[in-house]
Amino acid sequence: MHAAILVFPGSNCDRDLKVAFERAGARVSMVWHKDTALPGGVDIVGVPGGFSYGDYLRCGAIAANSPICRAVVAHAERGGYVLGICNGFQILTETGLLPGALLRNAGLKYVCKPVDLRVTTADSAFTRGYAPGSTITVPIAHHDGNYFADGATLDRLEAEDRVAFTYVRNPNGSARDIAGVLSENRRVLGMMPHPERMAEPAQGGTDGAAMFAGLVRDLADA
Amino acid sequence: MKARVHVMLKTGVLDPQGEAVRRALGQLGFEGVEGVRQGKVIELDLAETDADKARETVTQMCERLLANTVIESYSVELV
Repeated sequence: MHAAILVFPGSNCDRDLKVAFERAGARVSMVWHKDTALPGGVDIVGVPGGFSYGDYLRCGAIAANSPICRAVVAHAERGGYVLGICNGFQILTETGLLPGALLRNAGLKYVCKPVDLRVTTADSAFTRGYAPGSTITVPIAHHDGNYFADGATLDRLEAEDRVAFTYVRNPNGSARDIAGVLSENRRVLGMMPHPERMAEPAQGGTDGAAMFAGLVRDLADA
Repeated sequence: MKARVHVMLKTGVLDPQGEAVRRALGQLGFEGVEGVRQGKVIELDLAETDADKARETVTQMCERLLANTVIESYSVELV
């Protein structure tokens, strides 16, 4: 399984994401934002957390229009897998690959702490390693993680079982406690919490590891 | 030609920053501020001299980058 991880000026979770994928058995290529194409044979693109382009204009807005993101949109439209975490989730909503937007946290503060998440669906390559309805603990670290979409979009996401994770205790005002959402074909996941920061015992927990192990297993078979 | 773009959160989208500013004004003794919405102003210096073309181009800029129309509305003013 071959993962490509994007690197923007201001990315700061790119290497953590690389380590998490490699420990699960993936081959990883780091891809600079000015590149116009992904390496050949890439199964999944990781869009990491951080502050791409200093969060100028809106979080993720400039990155979403970078050369490499055009290649990522084409990859997703061909049915390729994409995982966007934190700033990566913001970037994916800005590209239109995922619905909604991430607003400033309702409490206005940057929130950095472990949170409990409910695994809302196991019906995706990202969440197949978890029991549906189970609770996992992973950290959040964001200022703009307040998920917003109009009521009809939220109804549709729930009806189509596309909410991947919800917060057990909502830390940021997100609509319907949503922490992560899937695309219509269930191959693009965006989430604010950081599973790559809870993927080995030295990080204080391993609840995030099942996501990477599951992806490597599923995509190697594909 | 210059263009000025105003970007605001749409009505119905909670603006916690505006709400914090409203509360701070109340603490300073400014009474009767019933609502505050915070947005941004973007000024563009354009080579275009035709007002209609400039407005059309800036509208495309808003749709594609300057505003996120999921959460924001915008208006274009030529100055």
